[in-house]
This record gives sequence, C-alpha cells and structure tokens, in this order.
Amino acid sequence: MPIIELTCISCPLGCPLKVETDETGNVKGVTGNTCKRGEEYGKKEVSAPVRTVTSTVRLTGGAAPVVSVRTKTDIPKEKIFACMAEIRKASAAAPVHIGDVILDNIADTGVALVATANVEKRA
Amino acid sequence: MKYDVIVIGGGPAGLAAALAAKENGAQEILILEREKELGGILNQCIHNGFGLHTFKEELTGPEYAARFIDRVKEENIPYLLSTTVIDLARQENGVTVTAVSRENGLMTLEGSAAVLAMGCRERPRGALNIPGTRPAGIFSAGTAQRLVNLEGYLPGREVVILGSGDIGLIMARRMTLEGAKVKCVAEIMPYSGGLKRNIVQCLNDYGIPLKLSHTVVDIRGKERVEGVTIAQVDEHNKPIPGTEEDYSCDTLLLSVGLIPENELSRGIGVELSPVTNGPKVNESLGTNIPGVFACGNVLHVHDLVDYVSEEAAEAGKNAARYAAGSGTQEGVEIPVETGGAVRYTVPSRICPDRMEEELVVRFRVGKNMRNAWVCVYAGEKELLRRKRPVMAPGEMEQVKLKKEDLKDALSLRVCTEE
Repeated sequence: MPIIELTCISCPLGCPLKVETDETGNVKGVTGNTCKRGEEYGKKEVSAPVRTVTSTVRLTGGAAPVVSVRTKTDIPKEKIFACMAEIRKASAAAPVHIGDVILDNIADTGVALVATANVEKRA
Repeated sequence: MKYDVIVIGGGPAGLAAALAAKENGAQEILILEREKELGGILNQCIHNGFGLHTFKEELTGPEYAARFIDRVKEENIPYLLSTTVIDLARQENGVTVTAVSRENGLMTLEGSAAVLAMGCRERPRGALNIPGTRPAGIFSAGTAQRLVNLEGYLPGREVVILGSGDIGLIMARRMTLEGAKVKCVAEIMPYSGGLKRNIVQCLNDYGIPLKLSHTVVDIRGKERVEGVTIAQVDEHNKPIPGTEEDYSCDTLLLSVGLIPENELSRGIGVELSPVTNGPKVNESLGTNIPGVFACGNVLHVHDLVDYVSEEAAEAGKNAARYAAGSGTQEGVEIPVETGGAVRYTVPSRICPDRMEEELVVRFRVGKNMRNAWVCVYAGEKELLRRKRPVMAPGEMEQVKLKKEDLKDALSLRVCTEE
C-alpha cells in the first residue's frame, strides 16, 4: 500500500505523519499524529489540501495604510494565487475591526476575507 | 506616586505580565511601550498559527495581541505609548525607571517591582562579515515584514534569503504571495533554525529551495543589490571552493538569529547568560536584582507566543507578590546544570522552598536528535526520564518538575541521553 510521509502543519509541533492509502487513493489510516487535527490534516493533505491565506489590503482614511486580512477558513490550496489576485485589487475604508468582512466568496471558494486587525480613522 | 509593578514593553510578554500582576493583587501597574500601539511584534506577524495552546483556535498575530489588549483595557491597566525607557536603576525598595516621550518629556517613575519584557531584535548584517559591496536592498527579514505588512511596501522583486529562521521562512511565503520571486533560502547550518511546519507551508508549498550548509559569500551591486553568490560550506562553516553559484536578485533578506534586547538589564546590573543573552533567572523568573523579573524574548528567544504568555503570567504574578511583600525571599537556590545536548535552561536556579507545586523548565538542545531521552537528576537520583521522538535546535523543549521531588535536592541536572 502506498504510504505518504508528511509533516503536519496544524500546529507548531510539526508531527511526522504517515498516511496510508489504497490503490485508488482513498485514505486507510494516519499514524504519527498526536492529536485529532493531525489525523484530519493527513487525510485532507493527500486528497484535497487546504490552507488559510493571510495578507493585507489597502485602507483608505485609516491610521495605517493597510489592514491585515485572512480567509475566514481554509481554502483549497490551488486557489491561493487566485485569492491573492483579488486581495491585491481589494481595498477597505477605515475604520475596520477584527472580523469585518472585506470580500465575500473570495475566488469562488465560498469563503469570506475578513480583517484581522483594528484600524481606526486617521485623526 | 510609587507603582507596584512597572512593565517595560507592551508586546505579548508585557501584556500577559501586566494582566497577571493585576489578577494577583497589584493595584498600581504601568505598561511602557516604545511603539505607538500595544502588541509588539505580533502586529506585523499577520500569518496564522498563534494561540492554539492558549485559546484552542488558530489566530493571526494581530488577533492574538487584540485578545490581550482588550483585556488590558477592560482591566483599566494604564499604559504609555511612544515612550522609551532609557534607564533602569536600583533604589532602596524597588526600582527607578527613567523614560522619555514626545508628549511627557522626561519622566522618572518609581516602582516596587519591574518586569523586563523588552523582547529581542534581529542580528544585523554587520554581525555576519559577508564580503562584497554595500548596496541598498539588504534588509533583515523582520524589517521586510514590517515594510510589507504594516507600511504596504514590497521591498524587492527578486529575493534571496540568508538564514532559515522562522521570520525568513514566513517572509519567503509572504514575498511570493505579493508577487516577488524568492530564488532560494540559504542556511549555513546543516539543519533549519525554523519550525518544520514553516518549511512545509512556506517553502515546499511554493517550490522555494532550501539550501542547507550554504551561505552567501559575495554581494554584488553598487546602488542596489544586483546579485549574490552562494557557496556550500564544510563542517567548519568554511566555504568550499568550486561550489559557488551566482543568483541575480535585487534583495537579500537576513534571517540569522534574534538577540534579546538587554541594554536596560545590563544597566541595572542584571546578570546575563552567555548562552541565551538574556537574564539568568530563578524559579520565580526573578533576576539577581531584587524586584526585577524577566519574561518573553528578552529572557530567551521563543518560537511560540503561547509559551511567552504563559511565562510572562508567572513573571507578572511573582512581581505582584514581591510588590505586596508577600512572596518570601527566604530559601536556598540550587543551580540547574545542563548536560548532553541541553544548551541552557530557564530558570537556571531553583529554590525548592519557594517554587509552586509544579514548575515548567524550558530549554533548547544544540543539535537534531531522534529518539533521545530527556532526563532530570537531583544528585544521583533520577527524577524524570522521557523519550522524545524528535528534538531540534529550532524548537523549545520543556519538562515539569514537582516540588515534592526537589525537597532534599542539593543539585539538579537537566540533560539528554542518547
């Protein structure tokens, strides 16, 4: 059975994972993980890998020129650069607070882009 | 007026220390912060991965900081921003802190206790002896991070990164996402100084090569960096002739280590460790100067902010107790010796009478290890033996000691055995 070796990125421990799959690519088991998140990461990483994208968008009228943002949840890994293309074009107006939605449904992922910092209006 | 606890630094360590001081009865607390906002380095660490331990969810740096800042505001703990502490001195019953700001001018503040939470700074190019010209386009990774994430500038288009510390790895990904081409990360050591997860999600995800046992041997360009030469090094870190490779680039980022920022500590006479460059502390995170405590990256460089918060809360609590005169200063401290690959421990001395029921001792190892044992001995007696599948210099380790085990101990030794 093919065994895929991975380093878990769910937390900074970085557990070494072994993911066993059958001939058709279905996951049979994950070993080496020390928590549930590791098992989920192993399963997803060999079938449909996902990542959280973090970046900044331009801010108008704010105390800072940019505000940091994240995709609210993980998105498919292959959509990272499509997300970045939209993030680069986006802008927001101050004030912005943590959790404010900057873009809905970024790159057709069904996931929102949200602010991760508080920036007030320029004094 | 005399403060109970003055906290120097409003980053993750200072915030957690101030909150813990308040929880433990300190009335008059003041946080002094050099920047114009609280939060410290977390404000520019916009990537996710913070807080899994503390909040059981994955936050970005600014989100993690905001949780603590909100609590500091709820608790009405006063803080001064854009305020630089320029001197720390002993006085009869505590410390005198001299600080300056544009708004308040020169201030002399008195405190019963002080918490050092100044953080660390990056090792600069000048400390590296890289030959070559002195063009623009050479930045520390943290400076580039600040430019991109806080000021909205991309400092270069074609990038080589020297050093594989976490900030360098994070910036390899960040610059790539912003459209720059990161050609490689060169690391002089045979292993990375960063977390494994960052190798995976910052380099492997984007096909950025990590060249271990390689370093920059030449920088070209007059006004702006035009290229660098990278060569393989031997076991003595000497470049091997014939292995040179030229990379064209307009930017060189340096991620070559962090140094605790201890000018103030030195000024007041705090004893520093030559290994960590941070204060030597006891089980209460107290330095050799009574009433002066230390935590966070000024004490020793951490890889996880969660552990900074945990450590800082201990320092804040003990500072509050000291200020109230309730923490006993009695008892004999025994030194914590190191052995095997253990480079240092924090704390480096423990008073069994003063310690709580359980004490976390943090340390780093000096090399990559597989299936090694972490052992703790009190004299000849083995107190703890734990197998670790993987240990690396880039990842902090910890052991928990029990008060009852240390009751009659005269010496203590934390070591690895292979």
